[in-house]
Amino acid sequence: MPKTSAEVQGMGHSMKRKEDPRFLRGKGNYVDDVQLPGMLHMDIVRSPFAHAKIKSIKTEAALKVPGVLAVITGETLAKYNLHWMPTLMSDTQMVLPVEKVMYQSQEVAAVIATDRYAAADGVEAVEVEYDPLPVVIDPWEAIKPGAPVLRTDKKGKEDNKIFHWEVGDRSGTDKAFKDAEVTVKQDIYLPRIHVASIETCGCVADFDKVNGKLTVYMTTQAPHAIRTVFALVAGHVGLSEEKIRIIAPDIGGGFGGKVPVYPGYVIAVAASVVIGKPVKWVEDRMENLQADSFARDYHMTAELAAKKDGTITALRIKTLADHGYADAAANPSKFPAGLFSVCTGSYDVKKAFAEVDGVYTNKPPGGIAYRCSFRVTEAAHAIERITDVLAQELKMDPADLRMKNFIKKEQFPYKAALGWEYDSGDYHAALKKAMDKIGYAELRKEQAEKRARGELMGIGICSFTEIVGAGPSKHFDILGIKMFDSAEIRVHPTGKAIARFGTKSQGQGHETTYAQIVAEELGIPAAHVQVEEGDTDTAPYGLGTYASRSTPVAGAAGALAARKIREKAKKIAAHLLEASEEDLVWETGKFSVKGAPGRSKTIQEIAFAAYTNHPQGMEAGLEAISYYDPPNLTFPFGSYICVVDIDRGTGMVKIRRFVAVDDCGNIINPMIVDGQIHGGLTMGMAPALLEEITYDESGNIQGGSFMDYLVPTSMETPSWELDKTTTPSPHHPFGAKGVGESATVGAPPAIANAVVDALSHLGVKHIDIPITPEKVWKILKEKGVAE
Amino acid sequence: MIPSSFDYHAPATLAEAVALLGKYPEDAKVLSGGQSLLPLLKLRLGQAGHLIDIGKIPGLEYIKEEGGMLRIGGRTRESALERSEIVQKRYPILVDTAKVIADPIVRNLATVGGNLAHGDPGNDHPATMLALGAQVVAMGKSGERVIPIDKFFLGLFRTALQPDEILTEIRIPAPVEGSGGAYVKLERKVGDYATAASAAYVVIGTQGFVERAGIGLTNLGPTPIKATAAEKYLIGKKPETAALAEAARIAAQATEPSADRRGAVEYKREMARVLTGRALKKAVERAGGK
Amino acid sequence: MATHRIQITVNGEAKEGQVESRLLLVHFLRENLRLTGTHIGCDTSHCGACTVLLDGQPVKSCTFLAVQADGHQITTVEGLEQNGKLHPVQEGFWEKHGLQCGFCTPGMMLTSCALLNRNRNPSEAEIREAISGNLCRCTGYVNIVKAVQYAAEKLQKEEAHA
Repeated sequence: MPKTSAEVQGMGHSMKRKEDPRFLRGKGNYVDDVQLPGMLHMDIVRSPFAHAKIKSIKTEAALKVPGVLAVITGETLAKYNLHWMPTLMSDTQMVLPVEKVMYQSQEVAAVIATDRYAAADGVEAVEVEYDPLPVVIDPWEAIKPGAPVLRTDKKGKEDNKIFHWEVGDRSGTDKAFKDAEVTVKQDIYLPRIHVASIETCGCVADFDKVNGKLTVYMTTQAPHAIRTVFALVAGHVGLSEEKIRIIAPDIGGGFGGKVPVYPGYVIAVAASVVIGKPVKWVEDRMENLQADSFARDYHMTAELAAKKDGTITALRIKTLADHGYADAAANPSKFPAGLFSVCTGSYDVKKAFAEVDGVYTNKPPGGIAYRCSFRVTEAAHAIERITDVLAQELKMDPADLRMKNFIKKEQFPYKAALGWEYDSGDYHAALKKAMDKIGYAELRKEQAEKRARGELMGIGICSFTEIVGAGPSKHFDILGIKMFDSAEIRVHPTGKAIARFGTKSQGQGHETTYAQIVAEELGIPAAHVQVEEGDTDTAPYGLGTYASRSTPVAGAAGALAARKIREKAKKIAAHLLEASEEDLVWETGKFSVKGAPGRSKTIQEIAFAAYTNHPQGMEAGLEAISYYDPPNLTFPFGSYICVVDIDRGTGMVKIRRFVAVDDCGNIINPMIVDGQIHGGLTMGMAPALLEEITYDESGNIQGGSFMDYLVPTSMETPSWELDKTTTPSPHHPFGAKGVGESATVGAPPAIANAVVDALSHLGVKHIDIPITPEKVWKILKEKGVAE
Repeated sequence: MIPSSFDYHAPATLAEAVALLGKYPEDAKVLSGGQSLLPLLKLRLGQAGHLIDIGKIPGLEYIKEEGGMLRIGGRTRESALERSEIVQKRYPILVDTAKVIADPIVRNLATVGGNLAHGDPGNDHPATMLALGAQVVAMGKSGERVIPIDKFFLGLFRTALQPDEILTEIRIPAPVEGSGGAYVKLERKVGDYATAASAAYVVIGTQGFVERAGIGLTNLGPTPIKATAAEKYLIGKKPETAALAEAARIAAQATEPSADRRGAVEYKREMARVLTGRALKKAVERAGGK
Repeated sequence: MATHRIQITVNGEAKEGQVESRLLLVHFLRENLRLTGTHIGCDTSHCGACTVLLDGQPVKSCTFLAVQADGHQITTVEGLEQNGKLHPVQEGFWEKHGLQCGFCTPGMMLTSCALLNRNRNPSEAEIREAISGNLCRCTGYVNIVKAVQYAAEKLQKEEAHA
C-alpha cells in the first residue's frame, strides 16, 4: 500500500507518466527533430571490405554533386590529430581511417551537404580504391600463433589478444573438480547481437564560432561523461569543457547502444567546427546494425562440480570474448569483462573460478550491453544453462536442483565465491511462486503424457540474480570518473519543485518516477515536480543511465537530496511553529508538533517561508544537491518459467506460456516496473529465438538490416504473465533495486532450458541461441523424430 | 536511405502509361504499390530513370466474379483481397496467401499485380496462382493479351511481361463443387519472406477421387515452382494420408532452393515436403474431403 | 531534375509543395511541413515508425513518394487530437502505459486507429495481427494491446451514448 495520497502520488502509485502528453501528440523532441538555421547534413561513406588498405580516396566527383560542400577524410582529421580516439576501455579506435579499414561498413569518409538527399548522392560519388588484406573473423583463429596481426597501429603488437582477466580461487576450484562425485561441462556461445533501438543514433553538432561554444544534441545515455570525453579528445584543438554543452533530447530507446562515442558524432563535431555551421548526422538502420557497437559474442565453456545428491561444489568458466577490432565495450574501467563474475548466480557455490580472454577480429568494435548490466546476461546464461545440464546428468528435476542449491534467505548479506556481497534475496520464495502460478506439477504430468504420444513440449526454469547499480566508487569508474550519480532539487516559493539528475531516460519514465521519489520524500505532489535531465549546462554531473543504475544510484541521490531539504524545512518549521526541532514529527508533506496535531506546517508553507520568512542567520531558499556513492550494488532476482511446444515438422518453437516472478525490492511505480519487465522479456526472447549477427568468411555482415535482423513483432511475442516478491535492498535509501534489465537477463536461459527440456529425453543437452527452427529441425532429424 | 534521382510520371490512362513505357524502354519502371520497388531504389540496389505510377489510372482495383472467373484488378491492394467478402467465402486460399505477405501495413499499398509482376520467387502470390491455374492479363501497345500463369515466370525477377506491358488483371477459375485450396508458409517472423511455402489446390470428384490438383511452391528456386509431377501423381487417387504424403515428397523433389539465413538446402527441401503435406491436407478438408 | 507541384490535405489542412520526384512522403511531412511526430526507424519498410494514414489506411510513409500523395488525405499523429481532446487511442496508450520511449508510438497509434475504424471490438489476436507491421522495442506489446482494448471500449461507450 502506498504511504502517500492519490494527490501526492509518491512511491507505490501507478502514476500515469508525466512525459507521455508530448509523445502522444507527436511533440517529442528527438535528435532528428532538431532543426537549426543553416543546418547542414552529413552522410558517411563506408567500407565494403572487412580488412583492406586504402589506396586512394577521390572526392572530385562528389564535390561536383549539387549541394555537396565538403568531403572529410582521415587525412582531413589527421591534420588536427583527430583521426583516432580513445574508447571507454582505454583502447583506441579510428574516427576515420588513414591507412586501412578494419571491418565491413567502417566509416571511410563523410560528405557534408545542404540536405540529406545531396549528402546521399555525394556518398555514392566518392571513389575509394582498396587493397584487400587477409581477414580474421573467427576469434579462435585470431588467437592462433601466426594469425595475421590486426592492430598494426600498435607498436610492437604481435598477436590479437586484448586482455586476460581472471577471478576466483583457481587451485581450490581445480581441486574441487578433482574431488567431485559428478562433473558436467558445456560449451555455450552467446552470439553477437544488436540493441536495435527503434531510433538510430545521431547528433546535431553546432559550433558557435563567435563564442567558441559547441552544443551537441546527441543520442546519448551519458551526456556528462560524453562532455568530458569530448574535452579530453579535442582539448588539444581548443575545445575546453566549459565551452561544450551536450544535450540529450528525447531518446528513442538506448539499451546500452547509446553509451559509446561513435565516429559519426566526432566527425559531425569536427565538420561543424571547421565549417562553422550546424551539422546533422543521423545514421540509417543498416549503418546502425552494421557499425554501431554490438553486444555479447562470448564463447564460454562452463563446468560444474557436484555431489551425487545435487549439491553444487564448484563452478569454472573459461571464455573467449570477441571484441571486434577495438575494445569499445562500456564497462567500468577495472572490469574488462564487466560483472561477469556474478556467474555463480543464485547458488551457494563454495569454489569458483572464471577467466575471460579478449581478442581482436575484423568486426565492428564493441562489447556493450544489450539491455543488461555489464556482461550479466552472459553470466546468467552460463550458470542457468549448466545448472540444467547438471540436473539432466543427475536425473533430477531442475526445480529441485535449484531449490537445493539456492542461497538461503538467512544467508544474506551473502558473500559470493567470486567476491560480491549480495545485498538481499529470497530465491526459494520466488521460484515457488512461479511454480505455483504456472502449475508446474501439472505441466510435468502433461509433458509425460505428450512424450508418450510423441509430442514435444518443454518446461524451462531460470532463477537469475542480477547485479546492478554501479557502483561504489572504490571499485567503479569510467575513464577514472567515479560512478556516483546526482540529483539537485529546488523547491520554489509556492511549494512546487524542479529536480535535475545526472542520468538520462531513454523511455524508462524518469520524469515520472523521479518525481514520485521527491513526492514520497517531501510530500510535494509528483504532478508538481518537474524533472529534467540530459542538458549538461543545467543538470548536475552524473554518469548516466545504463546497467539499471538510475534508480539504485540517481534515484537514491534524489531521495537524499530531498532528505537534506527536509532537514532544512524542519528548521524553518520549528521557526514558524515556535517549537524546538526535537518536538517536530514529519508525516508526508508536513511537520507537526508532537502531541499537538493542530500545530503543523505543510511543506508548501515552509517553502514559502524559505523565501519570505526564513529564520535569521539561515540562508534563504530551499534546495539541495546530492552526489550519491552507493555502498554496494543491488541484486535484483527472479524466477522465470517458460513452456514451449515444438512443431515436429518445421522445428518451430512456440512459447505457450511464460511466467516471470521478479523481485526488485521496493517499487516506485508498479505500472512502469511491469512495463520494464514486459519489454525486457521481449528483448530476452529476441536473442533466444530470433536475433543474431554473423559474418561470412570474408567478413561480410549477415543480418545487417531489418530484413535479416529479426526484431520480434507482436505476433512472435507471447503474452507475458508477471508476478512479484518484494525483498527490499537493505542499503538503498528506499529499499529499491534496478529492474529495467532483469528480464533480458532471465528470459534467454528460461527459453533455452525449455527447448532443451522438450528434447532432453532424446539425449539433447544443449542448444546455442538463437534457437532457430532449422537448428531444432536438424536435431529432430538426427534423432529420427522429425515429421 | 535515399533513392537516386528519377523522373516521376502519373499517366491518367493505361494507354498513356503504355506509351510512356514505350518512350523509355531502357529505364522505366511501373510503380504500382511500390512496396518492393521503392525499397530497392532506396537501397540503391536498383535504378530507374523514370517511374510510371499507375496509381492515378481509374479502374484497376476490383475483385469480381464474372464469366466463371474471379477477376482481380492488377492494382488491387493485398489488404482489399484479404478483406473481400467473396474471396473470404469462396477463395480461402487467397486469404491464406494475402495474410502472410509482408505485414498488414505494407499490404495496404502492396498490390496483387505487383506481387506477380516483380517476378520474385520469394513473393507469395505466384505459388498460389500456379496452384489455381490463373491467367494474367497484360496490356501493351498492341493491346491486351492473356498469359497462362505457368508461362509467366521465366527466371529470377524475369516474367513474360514485355518492357512496355502492364499487368492489368488476374483471372482465377471459379471454384467448382469439391474443390479446395490452401497456402501454408513458414516464415521466421512477420514481414519475412518464406523459408518455404506451399500452395495446394484440389478438386475431388463425387466418387472421392482427385480430378485436378495444383501445387505451387514459394522461394524454393530461382522462379516460383509448379510441382507438376506431384500434381499428376495425385490425379485419380483418393486424397488419403499416404497419397498426400507421397505427393508432398514428389513436390519437394522439384525444388532447387539455395542456402541463406533462412536455412540450408536440405532444410528448405524438407520444408517443401512438410508444408506441401499440410497445404494438401487443408485443401482436401476445404474441398469437403476427409 | 523534374519537380512537381503537389497538394495534400494533411490533418484536414490543405498543404502545397514543389517537390522532387524522389522525395519520400516522410521527409515531406517532417522537413517541409515540420510535422516531426512521424519518425524514421529503418530503411526497409519493416519498423512502421513512419506510419501515417493515407485516406484512412495506415501506410509506411518512408515507402511512398510525396508526389504519390498528391490529391490525397494524410493523417499524422499531430492530427489525432481534436479540439483539445485526446483521441481514445491516445488516451488508451496513456492510461495503459502503452509507450515507453515514444518513438514507435505515433505509428502504433495510427495503425490502432485504423483498426478500430473497421473493427470496433477486436480480439487480442486481431490487435496483435493489426500492429504486427509496427515494431516496438520497449513495451513487449502487452500494454499496447491493453491500450487498444481500452480505446475500443471507450469508443463503444461513446457511441452507445450518442
